[in-house]
Order: sequence, then structure tokens, then C-alpha cells
Amino acid sequence: MKRISIDPITRLEGHGKIEIFLNDDGDVVNTYFQVPELRGFEQFCVGRLAEEMPVITNRICGVCPEAHHLASVKALDELFGVTPPDAAKKIRELLYMAFYVTDHTTHFYALGGPDFIVGPDAPPAERNILGVVNKVGLDIAKQVIGCRARNHHVLEMIGGRGIHLPAGVPGGWSKSISEQERAEIEGIAKENIDFALFSLKAFDDIVLKNSAYLDLITSDIYVHNTYYMGLVDSQNRVNFYDGMVRIVDPEGKELIKYHPRDYTSVIAEHVEEWSYLKYPYIKSVGWKGFVDGMDSGIYAASPLSRLNVSDSMPTPKAQEHYERMYETLGSKKINGRYQPIHHRLVTHWARLIELLYAAEHMLELATDPEITSPKVRVIPERIVGKGVGCVEAPRGTLTHHYESDDKGVLTMVNMIVGTTNNYAPMTLSIKRAAEKLITKGKIVEQGLLNKIEMAFRLYDPCLSCATHSLPGQMPLIVNIRNNDGEVVRSFTR
Amino acid sequence: MAAKPKLSMYWASSCGGCEVSLVNINEKILDVAANFDFYFCPCLLDTKKKDIEALKDGEIAITFFNGAIRTEENEEMAHLMRKKSAVLIAFGSCSYEGCIPGLSNLHTKAAHFDSIYLNNPTVDNPLGIVPKPETTVPEGKLTIPAFYEKVKTLSQVVDVDYSIPGCPPEPKQVWNVIEAVIQGKTLPPKGSLLGAGNSTVCQECERKKEDKKITRIYRTYEIIPDVETCLLEQGLLCMGIATSDGCGALCPKVNMPCTGCYGPPVGTLDQGAKMVAALGSIIDIGEKKGLSEDELARRADLIIDSMPDYSGTFYKYSLAGSILGGRKA
Ligand code: SF4
Ligand code: SF4
Ligand code: SF4
Repeated sequence: MKRISIDPITRLEGHGKIEIFLNDDGDVVNTYFQVPELRGFEQFCVGRLAEEMPVITNRICGVCPEAHHLASVKALDELFGVTPPDAAKKIRELLYMAFYVTDHTTHFYALGGPDFIVGPDAPPAERNILGVVNKVGLDIAKQVIGCRARNHHVLEMIGGRGIHLPAGVPGGWSKSISEQERAEIEGIAKENIDFALFSLKAFDDIVLKNSAYLDLITSDIYVHNTYYMGLVDSQNRVNFYDGMVRIVDPEGKELIKYHPRDYTSVIAEHVEEWSYLKYPYIKSVGWKGFVDGMDSGIYAASPLSRLNVSDSMPTPKAQEHYERMYETLGSKKINGRYQPIHHRLVTHWARLIELLYAAEHMLELATDPEITSPKVRVIPERIVGKGVGCVEAPRGTLTHHYESDDKGVLTMVNMIVGTTNNYAPMTLSIKRAAEKLITKGKIVEQGLLNKIEMAFRLYDPCLSCATHSLPGQMPLIVNIRNNDGEVVRSFTR
Repeated sequence: MAAKPKLSMYWASSCGGCEVSLVNINEKILDVAANFDFYFCPCLLDTKKKDIEALKDGEIAITFFNGAIRTEENEEMAHLMRKKSAVLIAFGSCSYEGCIPGLSNLHTKAAHFDSIYLNNPTVDNPLGIVPKPETTVPEGKLTIPAFYEKVKTLSQVVDVDYSIPGCPPEPKQVWNVIEAVIQGKTLPPKGSLLGAGNSTVCQECERKKEDKKITRIYRTYEIIPDVETCLLEQGLLCMGIATSDGCGALCPKVNMPCTGCYGPPVGTLDQGAKMVAALGSIIDIGEKKGLSEDELARRADLIIDSMPDYSGTFYKYSLAGSILGGRKA
């Protein structure tokens, strides 16, 4: 049996590795997507002071520390039995919107950008951020840098640091916002809205008006009929910071809507010997291996998933684009809501709609009269000893669960992290790409590399932005080995 | 035109924040690209390793190595990058002193596997499977690198030229280092810290210090501190006094104590010991005259009891690299 190793692929919570096995006819029999890295937070957080967790869990991911920080403070609100003042909740959310704007922008232009803006069939040497710049102009590159910079400035202003912020406390936030700061943030939010609309227009012009790209999006290469997960508010609209977790089945029917604190009755994790990462799945449906469909408990949690589980968007401009996306893809409305889109490449479009929502909501919060209230903290009076906090990280639903003794020293920590939710779907997409591009021993070399890259890029696994936002290509190497493991052929880009 | 010097950044066991910090130098990243033959090596396992192996020894002018040494693969890469780099810099707290993930050294590998794969509220694992370096699947053999018993710092496995502290190093400090190189400035003696000052965070902090003693220690959730005076003097365990300057005292600016991410100040080997010593001189256990030894000890114990996580507080970032954590020399 022949094997193809793609080693390294990067940009998960650490490193990644793909093994593709071919049978004697040269067809794919199986693929393995391994994560060869573990850092062990769930264990070494035991013994720590509960209130230190927002700062400790930042270090799980330097790309989305804000998501961990907020899931953590929300878990602490519960663990200390305290409800933060409204202004604190709004400040947390405001910070989170600034974070979403910078994160989704980085992904779209630096990471997804090369696939779409430059084009899926462009030579590899151009499929990077420089290629994006060539296509759309240096001016845009400066706009992207500017957008990241102004929102990181907001993160530092409200949260204390651009990366690994310290300001979250149980019962609120450590710092209030002055009128002067508020006015500055309002201006930034307005610029963000313009930038989001501009980005959607660019997507329209470059991708949607190009039939080759449209064909790619609507082709069956990355169609997986899975369940979807995401947080929704009381009107079943998208929410990044708070709400109930809703899961819909592949036909779009609600399977369950649960409070984050009940997550253990809904989600289970499957372990494999050959990977350090676990595979979460829906307990009531069950783990059926790497297959999609109604009977397989695999679900996705991503920008597209969040839109798929929701009935609508909470802000007007985002709602317009949301409707347009579902209409364009031919999704029918059943019982008042659109049927889910299973074409995974549409995730890029969904990400831009979320970018617009984040910018619009940021402006709403920045102009909220309560946002400058000095009352941003409530001092807890007891230790309940258990707390679960949940937010939507850009890469999926993020859940932190802590238990402590009566001094607030942690005794148990469990987390289901954004990217992890998509481990199984990514595995499906990689396998599909391999099957499509390797037949009878014939390997479409460049195509295989590109399509596999696109397969996991669309999920935006952690670290992707960090490593792909600079000139240079993703180092992707495929080895074809014989039975003895010797490399018989190697190609690279 | 002479070839531009090669600059590389390699991550070992890391969170990616160090890379984001580099990107957050914003438009100056274009200057980096103009002055260096810049390539990331974001996570290059075997094959790319071959490309690096093919370079002449020392051919990479500077390597920023971030992330700690957690797996055998991290260690292999550390040796390779050392060999191929003229200057190897431990970039960020993980690589320099183990950082928060270094707290892992308080627990065994078996305990980690137990709480992650076996006894955990969501895991469904009736067969008791835990990851193994080598697995035979129907189609062949799969491997993953072995998980080490302990986290090691970069200098515990290879010779390191400089370290840039911080979790992550603040972008302006990253730029200071790069700019100095671009301008051809002579670097300080080997072993120095780059991108940091010679003092402590307290020196950069604008809070008023009144040399007040404290009678008890508060946990951060217990009080809303005054916004102008020193947090330590209000009873919060602010590590600024035992931490190298360089960040600009960011955490105290938002009313939170420094947790020590820039590591010990120059000239201090052990950050935790330094903090304990500082506390010794600021804590007032009350009128001592006429008290028995036992009573004094009891009062001291009371204060110590209010700090239920000694290592996580005083060695949050420096445990793996500390004397406590078994640091070399
Ligand atoms: S030093 Fe901090 S920012 Fe850098 S990799 Fe380690 S945890 Fe992440
Ligand atoms: S102890 Fe903390 S608050 Fe006080 S001066 Fe030093 S850094 Fe500032
Ligand atoms: S104040 Fe302390 S913990 Fe905060 S950034 Fe500076 S050195 Fe790091």
C-alpha cells in the first residue's frame, strides 16, 4: 500500500499532519489528520486560583486570547455567583466586537484571500498576501494593516493589552470607559462598517461575478451534510458573546437548544490513539466514525454554522447580506428560516457577513449611553464552586468549565475549544479533497496541495492568521512513500 | 546586490501570540521584508527540515525561536535551528523561561493524560485509549512525537545567544530589536536580554507609591482598587516589583496587578524568590513587641494562607526555567 504524507500542515492549535493511504489500484482507502501536539491546560490549571484563569487561558491561543478570556470570565461569574453590571457586560462585548473585526479581517485578506482573490488556480508563487496586494492594490493592503492596527488599539485601551489582555474579573471588568475613549471607539466602529461593506463588495466583484469561482464554491468537493452549532439570542439571532447553544440537523431542524452549563449532556469527545486532539460529537446522535449525514454526530461550528443555526442577523446591514447569501445559494425557506448551506467554501462569505455584524454591533455598543458608566464591577460574596462559560470564538463555540474548592482553588477544568469542534469536519474535507484528486494512482499535484490547503483554511484553524499574514508561502510538502516508508516521490510548493 | 540576510521564526510548543506580536508591528513589517530574506518556518516537520538541513551551518543570520520544548520534535528542531543560525534568540516567555504552559511541570505526564483522555466530563472512552507515539492502523503505521514528562526552556536544550522576554514581547520592543539589527548596531554581550530594560515594571508604572505597609493580601476579586495608588500597597499581589521592565506597565494601567510575564529583572535569577523577599519587607504583621514566637508564626501563617497557590502566583511564567523547576546552573 502506498502512503502520502503531508507533513507539515500547520496552523491548528500547534501542528498538523496528514497521511493518505492508497490501495494497489492507486485509489484512496483512508486519510488520517493527526495533531501531534498537546500542552495540557486541563491538567495544570488544577491547583490554580480560579480568578487567574482569564489570564492563564489566554495562553491557549495567541490568535484568539479574547475568546478564552471572555469564556473564562463568564465561567467565573458563575463560579463566584455574581452578575456583572450591565455596563461591564457591554464593555466585554464591545471589546469582543473589535476583536472579531480584526480577526475576521486578517483571515479574509491574508488567509482566505489568496484562495479567492488571487484565484484557486493561480500559480502558488502568487497565492499569498502579496498576490492579494497585486490584485487589489497596495492601498487595500494598507487598509487591512490599518484596520488591524486601529482595532488592536481598542483592545489595548479596553482590555489592557493587544495580545493576552488582563482586564476580565469575576463580576465585571477592571476598567471603565471614559467619554473621550468612547468617542474614539465610535469613530473606529464607523470606519469598520465601511471597511466591512467594502470587503463584501470586493467579494462580490472578484468572487461572485466570476463564474469559475462560483462553480468552485457550488461544486460538491466540500459538501458535508453535518449538524451545525452556534450561540443564539432569545430571538434565535446570531450572538458571539452570550445566549443558548443551538444545534440544527443537516435539514435545518432544531435538534436541541441548551444552556451552556448543560454541555456535558449534549457533547461527548472521542479519543484516537494517533492524535493528541479529541473529536467532539453530539452524544444523542453518537460517534459513527468519519462520515456525515443525519446519523453521524459530527457537527461543525464556524461562521457558516452560526448563520445556519440562526433565524436572522441582529443588525440591518448584516441581515441584508445574510438573505442575499442564502438566496444566491438557492437555499429555501422552511418554517420561516433558510435551510442550511452545506457548501463549506461559503464559510468565507459568512465570515464577511459576520465582520459586518461585528462592526455594526460595535457601533451600537459604542453609542450606548450606559457604556461610559463607572459601575463596572460587583464584588462577589460567595464561592459557588462551579462555573461554565461559553462564547462564540471566531473558529467555533468555546466552552470553559471550572470547579473549585471553597477557597476558589481549582479542582477540575474542562474545555472544548473553538477549532476542536471542527476537527472531524476538517478530516472529512481533507479526505474528500484527497479522493477527488487522486484516482487510479494519478495525482493532480498542484491541485491536491491547493485543495487540501483550502479544505482546512476555510475553517480558519487557530494560528492560521498568525502564520499566513506575511509574504511567503505556506510550506506544504507531499511525500509519496512505498511500503517500506521510503519516499519515492516528493513535490512541494 | 548582496543577498539579504536570512531571518527566520520557528515555533515550538507555542500559542501563536508571539507571531501575532511580530505582525502587530503593523506597517513596519514591510521594512522587515525589505531588509531581510524573511521566511517563517511555522511548523516545519521532516521535509522542510530537510530544506533547513541543506543550508550551511550558521547560514540563517537570526532565528527567533518561540514556544517551549514540550515534545521530542520541538527538541529536534531546537538543535537544528541552533546549528543553522548564526544568532539564536529565545523569543517570548515560553522559549525563555517556560511561561504559563510550564506550570505543567507541577504535574506528571500520566496525570495530564488521565484528566484529558480518561477522567473528564465529556470524554467518551470506554476502552481507555490514550495517544501513543506509534499506532498501527489497518493501512499502516502512524506516528506522533512523544510528549515529554516536563516542559523545557530553549536554553535547557541548546546554547542560546539572547532572550527577548514577555508573553508575548510587546510589538514596540520586537521592533526595537529588529531596528537595531537593521541599523547595524552592535548587539550586547551574549546572554543578554533584548527588548527589555534594566529595571522593574514598578519603574515604568505611574501609580503613586507611598511606602505603605500592608496587613493582609487581597485576591483580585475581593476589592476594587483605587486607580491612582500602587496596587501592591493596596494589598494586591502585583509582581511588578519582581518583574523586568519593558512592557510599559500595561496591566496596572487597567487596574490589574502585573502577573510577571516579562520574567525576572536583570541580575535576578529567581523571580518568585525576589517577590517573596519584597513581600517580606512590605507586610506588616502588626505590633510585634511582647509576642511569642508562636504568635508571630501564626500571624505569618495567616498571611501565607491567603495565598493558596504559591507556584502559580510567584512562578506563573518562570517555573520551568526557575531553580524550583530544575533550571540548569
Ligand atoms: S510566550 Fe506567550 S505569546 Fe509567546 S508563545 Fe508563549 S504563551 Fe504564546
Ligand atoms: S507594585 Fe505594581 S502597582 Fe505598584 S508600582 Fe509596582 S507595578 Fe505599579
Ligand atoms: S504588567 Fe506585568 S504581566 Fe502585564 S504586560 Fe507588563 S510584565 Fe506582563
